[in-house]
Amino acid sequence: MKYETVIGLEVHAELSTKTKIFCSCKNEFGGEPNTRCCPVCTGMPGTLPVLNKAVVDYAIKAGLATNCSITKYGKQDRKNYFYPDLPKAYQISQFDLPLCQNGYIDIEVDGETRRIGITRIHIEEDAGKLIHDDYGNESMADYNRCGVPLIEIVSEPDMRSPEEARIYLETLKSILEYTEVSDCKMQEGSLRCDVNLSLRPVGQKEFGTRCEMKNVNSFRAAVRAMEYEQKRQAEILDAGGVVEQETRRWDDVKGISTPMRSKEDAQDYRYFPEPDLVPIVVSDEWVEEIRSTIPELPEQRKARYIGEYGLPEYDAFILTSSKKMADFFDGAVADGATPKAVSNWLMGDISKILNDKELEPADIPFTPAQLAKMIALIEKGTISNSAAKKVLDAMFAEPADPEALVEKLGLAQVSDEGAILTMINDVLSQNPQSIADYKAGKDKAMGFLVGQVMRVSKGKANPQMINKLLKEALDKA
Amino acid sequence: MDLYTLTAHEIRDMIKEKKISSKEATQSALDRIAQVEDKVESFVTVLGDEAIAQAEKIDAKIASGEEVGALAGVPMALKDNMCTKDVLTTCSSKMLYNFKPPYNATVTEKLAGADTVLLGKVNMDEFAMGSSTENSYYKKTKNPYDITKVPGGSSGGSAASVAADEAFFTLGSDTGGSIRQPAALCGCVGLKPTYGSVSRYGLIAFASSLDQIGPMTKDVKDCAMVLDQIAGYDAKDSTSVNIQHPNFEAALTGDIRGLKIGVPQEYFGQGISEEVTAAVNAALSNMKAEGAEFSDMSLPLNEYALPAYYMISSAEASSNLARFDGVKYGYRAEKFNDLIDLYCQTRSEGFGAEVKRRIMIGTYALSSGYYDAYYKKAQQVRTMIMNDFGKAFETYDVLVTPASPTTAFGIGEKTSDPLEMYMADICTVSVNIGGLPAIVIPCGYDKNGLPIGIQIIGKPFDEATVLNAAYALEKTITKVKPNL
Repeated sequence: MKYETVIGLEVHAELSTKTKIFCSCKNEFGGEPNTRCCPVCTGMPGTLPVLNKAVVDYAIKAGLATNCSITKYGKQDRKNYFYPDLPKAYQISQFDLPLCQNGYIDIEVDGETRRIGITRIHIEEDAGKLIHDDYGNESMADYNRCGVPLIEIVSEPDMRSPEEARIYLETLKSILEYTEVSDCKMQEGSLRCDVNLSLRPVGQKEFGTRCEMKNVNSFRAAVRAMEYEQKRQAEILDAGGVVEQETRRWDDVKGISTPMRSKEDAQDYRYFPEPDLVPIVVSDEWVEEIRSTIPELPEQRKARYIGEYGLPEYDAFILTSSKKMADFFDGAVADGATPKAVSNWLMGDISKILNDKELEPADIPFTPAQLAKMIALIEKGTISNSAAKKVLDAMFAEPADPEALVEKLGLAQVSDEGAILTMINDVLSQNPQSIADYKAGKDKAMGFLVGQVMRVSKGKANPQMINKLLKEALDKA
Repeated sequence: MDLYTLTAHEIRDMIKEKKISSKEATQSALDRIAQVEDKVESFVTVLGDEAIAQAEKIDAKIASGEEVGALAGVPMALKDNMCTKDVLTTCSSKMLYNFKPPYNATVTEKLAGADTVLLGKVNMDEFAMGSSTENSYYKKTKNPYDITKVPGGSSGGSAASVAADEAFFTLGSDTGGSIRQPAALCGCVGLKPTYGSVSRYGLIAFASSLDQIGPMTKDVKDCAMVLDQIAGYDAKDSTSVNIQHPNFEAALTGDIRGLKIGVPQEYFGQGISEEVTAAVNAALSNMKAEGAEFSDMSLPLNEYALPAYYMISSAEASSNLARFDGVKYGYRAEKFNDLIDLYCQTRSEGFGAEVKRRIMIGTYALSSGYYDAYYKKAQQVRTMIMNDFGKAFETYDVLVTPASPTTAFGIGEKTSDPLEMYMADICTVSVNIGGLPAIVIPCGYDKNGLPIGIQIIGKPFDEATVLNAAYALEKTITKVKPNL
């Protein structure tokens, strides 16, 4: 049978606030275990949480950027469960009055716009981390991450394929990056997602039974998990079976998911209003103040790149999907580089190097101005395209001014007419046969002679000038 | 004259006037503790050397002319659920038998800032759950007026130590009557401030929306004086309210002419002993003689306060006490098989029966499928009771009721019947539900010489009126010290 896939996603994003959600500990990644926590974020007896207002600012910003309505009178609730990484044995979250509700984001799938609903965005605190001893029989708790502020963004079940879900995730990520709500560093766990997936026969209105997948730590893993789950459920249904509602754990190394708990084992979190905190009252002025801080979003930036610089839609999409990349692009263009050339370098060689080195656009070691200078050197004819690639490699290795690198690596192109003519004359005097061939109308001879001049110049001679001067010399010969 | 018999404000004044040193006052209190503690058993921890060292430090400050805090040199004790840095804070539970917090509660800080001397930590019902202090893991505190009787609870150690002259004042905490009921049973003064008046930071929570710290003292003036030190906004407690408090001690005029007193009839019904009713009525007559007016009135929803209280407080407690899991601090079971077993064994062994009962009630009330019928319903009742009070205070300045249905009952008398024990809070719980301020002072003694308490309830943040009414009434009452 043909099935339609239905996907909904829950994305957890760590907010880039300066301090944690309920105490004044710095909100920074890493650190020696248990050095970035205090009695409040580790839930010591008698301590009380005080909500960091910036967390509300950031969550509302995310809500406005995803077209949500903002809850005027919100509250926080306790989600009760026991686990050693949760020292209060409850997580302060939001249950029935999330800060943001009923939004959407538009995504581009195969050139078409699809609108994906956002059910809600709520604020909550992160838990700590358990470190399991590989050799002994011990587990250790690191509470550094306790109280790191999170937003959970819950989508409607509006996605119909793993690819659509991937684009949704990419789009959402770029919105969070643009608004600087989250640094979205996947490798630091700033962005994590849970996947809900079900199948239904094509044409059927009711949803099928869904499974939730946890422990999905990258977008690539999300796509793989969804593809796996799609296949697993289809096989069950094709065999006349019934999909059990359950939570499954994705194992990205093995590429499989295994059951974690069934619907019957579903935990009762006994949510109730957090009595240690007061309601979150959001005025219209507050919302407008936050709205005024929202920068140009990826969608708008993309339109600008197409309209103002004439970039192809695809290029504009790729460049704007990462804010750092787009900021880099804007920087280089502002420094006078040709937009199309900047785009080509960013999308081509620079992206390739980033991929190879597993770096993010934020990790580009040189400045947009330095890239602009390198492009100017090509356009002036100081270096060739192939020399430029060597310069780029060098800029990644040790960021320096391109001129200095050209000098240091001896990559400057020879554009001195006299010098090139001397080389041409040498080559011609050694290749009389080629001259004859050229005169006889054999075009290949021209190519051969250009190659010889280039060889003599050790690749540094300006190719356009070789062409022009060689042709003149041959015509005179 | 033994210094320990004096009130806290008398001690404060004598130290200020350099008639005595803080060390003398502290030594007197420590001597008294040594003398009667065997009988009363109100302390979990006595800080003998530390208290003397602190007193000497304050004396040195005074001698050098340095500026000192408002209660400089006055020795006091804290209920053992208030965090004291590097000093055992057990909540009278096995669960926290070794817990020394690395931080102070805000009240601890404030009293340290006022240059008081900490004598030690006083006993309580485990995690403040109980009405007799019999639920302490460590010891059973006795009523100084009759050591076969309970001191009330949960702040039984706070009340008994003040009544026995072991401490010049103490702090208690009150979730459903835990300051006022023991104050009534031990014949001392106890005030539960308006919810939000005193910071809860560092008070190990029982029920967050009801808990409030307050003074337990020898007289009303002491009570106002201590409240002046501990009341006020605290940025570390989101539920503390940022308002300007008057100077409570200075506001004590004793003039209650024209004060309108409402007497809710629901507090004088079944279960309230005749002697208690008679003493409260006599006190009302005294207040009338001082110029106040009183009339009978009704708080029709009062009967729902106790069940609503047990739902809400147990629900919050089930969550607040979940952190005691044997992982990070406190008691951990010696033998366990896996993580779940670690939790089960630790909590089974570490908590006493009453605490476990409340955790189970609360967990049940919050469970999916029962939440609406219990927790949500109780919250609705709470709102209605608050409205009931709000209406009453449109007519009256204060409400006057008994503080406890009976005088102190015998040790072991009610331990087998939790519901009967819960009824001991019948006069006090609705005040917590309403978030209101209320004071209890002694208004007489029964035929066996046991103290009878009277409760004066005020409008939110109107502690000044409550204190002043109590101050006026106190002047008409002859107090009797216990004979230890």
